[in-house]
Amino acid sequence: MFILRLWSASARPSKPRLDISTRKMTENGVLHPERVLTLDTMNPNVKRVEYAVRGPIVQRAVQIEKELKEGVKKPFTEVLRANIGDCHAMGQRPITFLRQVLALCAYPELLEDNKFPEDAKSRARRFLAACGGGSIGAYSMSQGIELVRQDVARYIERRDGIPSNPDNIYLSSGASDAITTMLKLLISGEGASRTGVMISKPQYPLYSAALADLGGVQINYYLDEAKNWSLDASELRRSLAEAKKHCTPRAICVINPGNPTGQVQSRQCIEDVIRFAAEENLFLMADEVYQDNIYAEGCEFNSFKKVLFEMGPKYSNKVELASFHSTSKCYMGECGFRGGYMELINLDPDVKVQLTKLVSVRLCPPVTGQALLDLVVNPPQPDEPSYPTFKKERAAVLAALADKAKMAEEIFNKVPGISCNTVQGAMYAFPRIELPQKAIEAAKEKGQAPDMFYCMSLLEEKGICLVPGSGFGQREGTFHFRMTILPPTETLKVVLQKIEEFHLKFTEQYS
Amino acid sequence: MHRLPSSANRSLVAGALEQYCALVMRPKSKTIRQESVRFKTQGPIESYGLKRYSTAEATVASTSKIREKTLTMETLNPQVKAVEYAVRGLIVMKADEIERCLREGGKQPFTEVIKANIGDAHAMGQQPITFLRQVVALCTFPELMDSPGFPEDAKARAQRILRGCGGTSLGSYTASQGVECIRQDIATYIGQRDQGVPADWNNIFLTTGASDGIVSILKMLVSGQGASRTGVMIPIPQYPLYSAAIAEMEAVQINYYLDEDNCWALDINELHRAYQAAREHCQPRVICIINPGNPTGQVQSRKCIEEVLHFAYEENLFVMSDEVYQDNVYASGCKFHSFKKVLFEMGPEYFNSVELASFHSTSKGYTGECGFRGGYMEVLNLDPEVKAQLLKLRSVQLCPPVSGQAAMDIIANPPQPDEPSFSLFHQEKTAVLGSLKEKAQLTEEILNSVPGIQCNPVQGAMYAFPRLFIPPKAVEQAKALGMQPDMLYCLRLLEETGICLVPGSGFGQREGTYHFRMTILPTKEKLKVLLDKVSDFHIKFLKDYGTSEVPRG
Repeated sequence: MFILRLWSASARPSKPRLDISTRKMTENGVLHPERVLTLDTMNPNVKRVEYAVRGPIVQRAVQIEKELKEGVKKPFTEVLRANIGDCHAMGQRPITFLRQVLALCAYPELLEDNKFPEDAKSRARRFLAACGGGSIGAYSMSQGIELVRQDVARYIERRDGIPSNPDNIYLSSGASDAITTMLKLLISGEGASRTGVMISKPQYPLYSAALADLGGVQINYYLDEAKNWSLDASELRRSLAEAKKHCTPRAICVINPGNPTGQVQSRQCIEDVIRFAAEENLFLMADEVYQDNIYAEGCEFNSFKKVLFEMGPKYSNKVELASFHSTSKCYMGECGFRGGYMELINLDPDVKVQLTKLVSVRLCPPVTGQALLDLVVNPPQPDEPSYPTFKKERAAVLAALADKAKMAEEIFNKVPGISCNTVQGAMYAFPRIELPQKAIEAAKEKGQAPDMFYCMSLLEEKGICLVPGSGFGQREGTFHFRMTILPPTETLKVVLQKIEEFHLKFTEQYS
Repeated sequence: MHRLPSSANRSLVAGALEQYCALVMRPKSKTIRQESVRFKTQGPIESYGLKRYSTAEATVASTSKIREKTLTMETLNPQVKAVEYAVRGLIVMKADEIERCLREGGKQPFTEVIKANIGDAHAMGQQPITFLRQVVALCTFPELMDSPGFPEDAKARAQRILRGCGGTSLGSYTASQGVECIRQDIATYIGQRDQGVPADWNNIFLTTGASDGIVSILKMLVSGQGASRTGVMIPIPQYPLYSAAIAEMEAVQINYYLDEDNCWALDINELHRAYQAAREHCQPRVICIINPGNPTGQVQSRKCIEEVLHFAYEENLFVMSDEVYQDNVYASGCKFHSFKKVLFEMGPEYFNSVELASFHSTSKGYTGECGFRGGYMEVLNLDPEVKAQLLKLRSVQLCPPVSGQAAMDIIANPPQPDEPSFSLFHQEKTAVLGSLKEKAQLTEEILNSVPGIQCNPVQGAMYAFPRLFIPPKAVEQAKALGMQPDMLYCLRLLEETGICLVPGSGFGQREGTYHFRMTILPTKEKLKVLLDKVSDFHIKFLKDYGTSEVPRG
């Protein structure tokens, strides 16, 4: 026998388990039986999931970083990860007030420390009083702490001038968690009655990933690149009509401001979408996590809820709406805390009971994230001591983002073969790139999407990590990449220059 | 049918029944259903909404027919409907309602609701471990690094964690698998815990509480249709996360019963029985074990673990070991053995082949930091391609909460004897665990002194799961109401004493036996009061239903 007999007598294998031919070698040369869980036996839906924002390009970036650390020579000294909207990783500083209150909540002994401003202390006391045992270490209600939900409702009321009910607010672990939960509720039926969900192209790949995971049918509607990525009602109708042949469309997802596209929807456009959802009986999901990130002149954020209610009871009593917000974006950029919420309008009360049950299985969203969200919706007021600093910090972040949005657009549009729509909002530029035929062929040979090939080359040559447009979806034959505008102005300038150099060289090389 | 003792009781039980319908049954009449749900479960807040705003919910209630919604009970994902989770189910909704009523000045035969339904340590008055909170505060607000009020070891830990974070901020996303240095600390911790069994930090995944990791692994494993659909073996009684996840993923639940007469031990013959029976209609591919047990509190012997692993090896099952209570072992003669360590000691044939995922959490142990949602899983012998798929799946949700990762790091890398925080840390940890041990004993003793209650020793974890004698008349009445007898028992207990427990039926139990789960976490004084109240209630319950004698044994 080739096996070392080290196990104790009581557990001695009673029979040779598998024939040697069914065993395979592992990387350490240890003999292995056929595993229970292999690519062939695993959940096929999981296999179908794709998530480009953290996909192969990022894995390669991590590898290159390791190589750099080990002293491997590269034409650059560090990898710049512009693949994801990760503000603090790009050097953005946390908003002082938020962190003060969170530290006070984590270690209430600091409430005796006179270095902390009174308003931070009173926020912390108020929050802790709403926690079980006065501790952020207790589970909260599964829907989220009531106090926070009340504050969220008041925030929404101030934002929209429309009443909001705390009972319709569900706190979540980042917006992704809530979006996935709502999609989960919506997916049912088999064959032609299987739920179809309309998502934009390009989209944030959470949507396609969740649909693959849940076995829902993805219905693409294309944003109009020629009109600054705006949403066109006739395109919605086209895509719906086509989808009805093979599934039952039951929901439409809209991202406003857009990710990866950065467009800010006009009021008119939002009205069109709502009317469409009402006519076609679609559940409306509005991803509004970039609601504070509006830069372009003439653009303004209109929440779907506000527009819905302003359209009158014919719509506001009818359309089922879930809107999502998060602590990860806007001016705070606190991605790591995984805070977020959704507001639900016109949800069937029975379904709501089911939703509460479903979220209760996961006990509660992280309480520090809930605390953070509470501060975002209830920031320092003009008569409070922390107000001036808070206001200054917030304004500085948003102003810098507005500058960088403009700069990215301008520099990209100077490069022949790159064209970039106005970055009206959010945190990304999504320029279109023209790729030479030879490059497309070279990519095909490697079995890569042409813009993946482009981004990989960029990463290898310049150390810049972007996400290819194919990861978000784009019209056949067009190519893009997504770049976050978050790096500090000086760094961003260098990044843009390097991309320009690379693009020119790449174009020449494959001409 | 047995007469209900009071009209108040009638409304409670009837109200509960309606909620129960909303959760698990198809209601008969749409209008009634909507009203009962709205008024009974949502109470004052919703009516506040009703008065002020003309929302669709309001309109639906007042007009008999409005357009069919897109998302209704008829169109809802049927797997979501199938999910049940008793720990936060009907009884807790009732408790919330009573609490609200008390706050608003309503009269009850008690002044507060004691929620002993869930292992929520801090809510029960347990104090946080100072060192852990110091490090989290330092990570959150690094300006505190200059403060003389914080010990140097706490600062060093915080700096180390922050260096592992993008932009040295807790506000950055981390790698989806978790912060690298935290995974390294966890691997070191596991190596020490298991007396030198190697742990590779590349096999560690940080998670959002243990639940998140458990659901991820189950999701990977569920495939096939009909007789080839994945079957998952779970203990009965179980922690209902498992049955809920299995229902949601439409996997096949395979019950193996723990042996109540043998201190809830796991019996290998019962595993064989359950496995053989299940093979006829599904493909058993996973076995889940909770050790120390939830809700049962048993601590598995080394021999028992060996037998389970041997069984998994023979039958080619993926092993999931839920070890979140690994620090909560109280009974003398009991010791925690990790499945991984035992697997290693069984020799390379086992250690190199059995696929194992083990789970840990910040929520239990001596820290009880539930709100941080920290946890990790370690995978062993996972197919490298599957591991890549797992990582991809986890990356869609970006990363576990970073403050939870920091809390997990402190559990894995606590103060060492030569560090300034050690003595306080050690004192706090010992105090928490010492008091839990006392309370485990106290609970067992008091419960066993009540006629008609039988409680196994609480060897570990945080719960007692005693068996109840429920008189035939009460069983009959419960049946007439369409609820489980121990649900009726717990609802009446809640109404009469304000104590919120979870009925055994929410965890699963042998047909005809009844239990409840009660956490031992309340402070000793409060726990005594609670146990006395439960005792008095039980005796009164027996009397109410016409039984003064209870069968022995």
